[in-house]
Amino acid sequence: MTLMSGAQMLVRTLEDLGVEYLFGYPGGAVLDIYDALLDSHKLHHVLGRHEQGLAMAADGYARTTGKVGVCLVTSGPGSTNTVTAIATAYMDSIPLVVITGQVGTQLIGSDAFQEVDTIGITRPVVKHSYLCQKATDIPKYIRQAFYLASTGRPGPVVVDVPKDCVRPSQKFEYPEPEEVHLRSYDPTLQGHKGQIKRITKVLAEAKRPVLMLGGGTIASNASEQIRELAHQFRLPVVSTLMGLGVYSGDDPQFLGMVGMHGTYEANQAMDKADLVLALGVRFDDRVTNNLGKFCPEAAIVHVDIDPASISKTVRTDYPVVGDVSRVLTQLKNSIEELKVGCDNQAMDAWWAQIEEWRGEQSLNFEHKSAVIEPQEIVQTLSELTRGEAVITTDVGQHQMFTAQYYKFTKPRRFLTSGGLGTMGYGFPAGIGAYLGVKDQRLPVCVLTGDGSFQMNIQELSTCLEFQIPLKIFIFDNSTLGNVRQWQRMFYRGRISSTDLKFNPDFVALAKAYGHEAFRIEKPEELRAGIQRALDIKDKLVLVDIVCDTDALIMPMQKGGGRMSEMVLRSDGNTY
Amino acid sequence: MRHVISILIENEAGALSRVVGLFSQRGYNIESLTVAPTDDPTLSRCTILTTGDSDEAEQITKQLHKLVCILRVSALNEEKNGSQERELVLIKLPTPNRNVREDIKSLSDIFGAKIIDVSPETYTLQYVGSSEEVDTFCETVFKMSDVLEVVRSGVLGIARGNHYMHS
Repeated sequence: MTLMSGAQMLVRTLEDLGVEYLFGYPGGAVLDIYDALLDSHKLHHVLGRHEQGLAMAADGYARTTGKVGVCLVTSGPGSTNTVTAIATAYMDSIPLVVITGQVGTQLIGSDAFQEVDTIGITRPVVKHSYLCQKATDIPKYIRQAFYLASTGRPGPVVVDVPKDCVRPSQKFEYPEPEEVHLRSYDPTLQGHKGQIKRITKVLAEAKRPVLMLGGGTIASNASEQIRELAHQFRLPVVSTLMGLGVYSGDDPQFLGMVGMHGTYEANQAMDKADLVLALGVRFDDRVTNNLGKFCPEAAIVHVDIDPASISKTVRTDYPVVGDVSRVLTQLKNSIEELKVGCDNQAMDAWWAQIEEWRGEQSLNFEHKSAVIEPQEIVQTLSELTRGEAVITTDVGQHQMFTAQYYKFTKPRRFLTSGGLGTMGYGFPAGIGAYLGVKDQRLPVCVLTGDGSFQMNIQELSTCLEFQIPLKIFIFDNSTLGNVRQWQRMFYRGRISSTDLKFNPDFVALAKAYGHEAFRIEKPEELRAGIQRALDIKDKLVLVDIVCDTDALIMPMQKGGGRMSEMVLRSDGNTY
Repeated sequence: MRHVISILIENEAGALSRVVGLFSQRGYNIESLTVAPTDDPTLSRCTILTTGDSDEAEQITKQLHKLVCILRVSALNEEKNGSQERELVLIKLPTPNRNVREDIKSLSDIFGAKIIDVSPETYTLQYVGSSEEVDTFCETVFKMSDVLEVVRSGVLGIARGNHYMHS
């Protein structure tokens, strides 16, 4: 029996849990852990350049792989710098384990150097957190943290490790891994049988059903089952921002995204539906518009693993608490048992109506000949990569354009901060995403804005060190486009602090960091330019694309209205 | 509407702050909160008095249940057989003369309260009852006498009959 220090047990526990990549940044409180890391051959440490960036990289790894993303930072500022990343993962239900150093247990509460109440600061944005009191807590708590982060509704878990718990001079027997059991935590996975029977019936009787997909369907890996169900019942399929990719954008039954900047047909279908079968969604305010006018004619079936999501905003007629994939298996059996199918006549009429809405072509946009329209960038990239690239975004116009115009064909390929809306997310997330899909040889493209990119630009250095060949496309419109759009539309055009007149030369900057970079300025250079970037497989390429400052994200729901009440074109035609 | 929520929670550092944090984070109201370990020292029983409509109460119980450190949650006011609530109050009064002392003593007898501390200048009364009874007792005392200090325990509750919260 070899005895181990707390630091060695920490490293060994991560190895035993199958961790490949540890995204981290050293500091005083974690010196002993970093020393122990030198002896590990299984863990690859990825040194970020800012704790926010590396924690978002861990998040990106988690989103592409479905595994737990892990990061390690020091106490005090190391831990506070991760808070935005933790909150981002929390809002999007991403499995993340954040190991933070802490001052020694004897110093806690004394305002010691680099001391901060990490458990207190992160409490509202974690699924759970642990403060280790002794070295032997470390393996136990880390295993529990992994279990909590990855089961039920996934989320971030913090493990705070005081410096004296990892002291190399004190050695302990390493506890063999055993199955985690927590008496106070037991998520419901299987749906209620009676409820499954009821929803089978309402599904068979529906005349105007809509299948609505959210991020929970991706967490549950339910893509294949969803496709089957949709085809069997000829269901029109809509997706939230977080659900994009779980149902192929190529499929004719896919109507697009719902909500504020959703397609006209998707929002109309929701508004006129008599049944909304909502899987793994949480009916966020950006989706529902006015709750009082939400889907007035529809019975709502809501399947979600989190009971607190059900009837939180939208009143549910048929709540089912459970894992989407398991519930769909139950539903399939129930459909076979009750021998029901869809009402083809009703579906013919429903689809005819939907095609009419589709005819509005709500995603058509105005082309100006002299400038590149941001929508074109996404369309072109979508075509050139056949909807198969891994795409990360930041937050703003480019994010919505990506959601609207990139035809995602597979789940876990679209990484965006949906809930928290975190600028600066996309680039570092791309680093983790790349490491997650490395073996699949997929291009990983970061679609970002000139504002967003500057929020975690320091990670260019990380990319050089770890040879992360991201393709970064900056939608460079010299403004904070989305805020500017709102200022134009709702603040009488009073442009307040959204001009970015003092941007750096992004091309020169990327080169200074040792990367390839070039600029595209003319519409006719766009396709070839994007292709050129994609063709450079082994290097990071930054493409600064100068695009239209005045582009608006359209269509757009009218605030306070029904889902279907939208402004379709920027010239103000309303419906 | 008034809701009394009973919670069985892991008796560990930081657990209570998760409960209190949840209330402030989601904009729920805490009228009173009591907590103490149970017969099983690894668990604490916590009773929270809150106000809000029924949707809000439903969300509160769901959100509480979601906390990993919480084992059981129940809304006592929704118990089928009803529930019993008790609150304890301690009141310190000045006793400047014999008349006041006699009045307080007889009031305390009528209510079934106890005088648990006596000094030449003060009495301390203890009274146990439902929140309403405690309110009535306090009002009566306040009308009769000056008051130096009032300490209320907050509500404790338990379901009636054979319903009980088990670990």
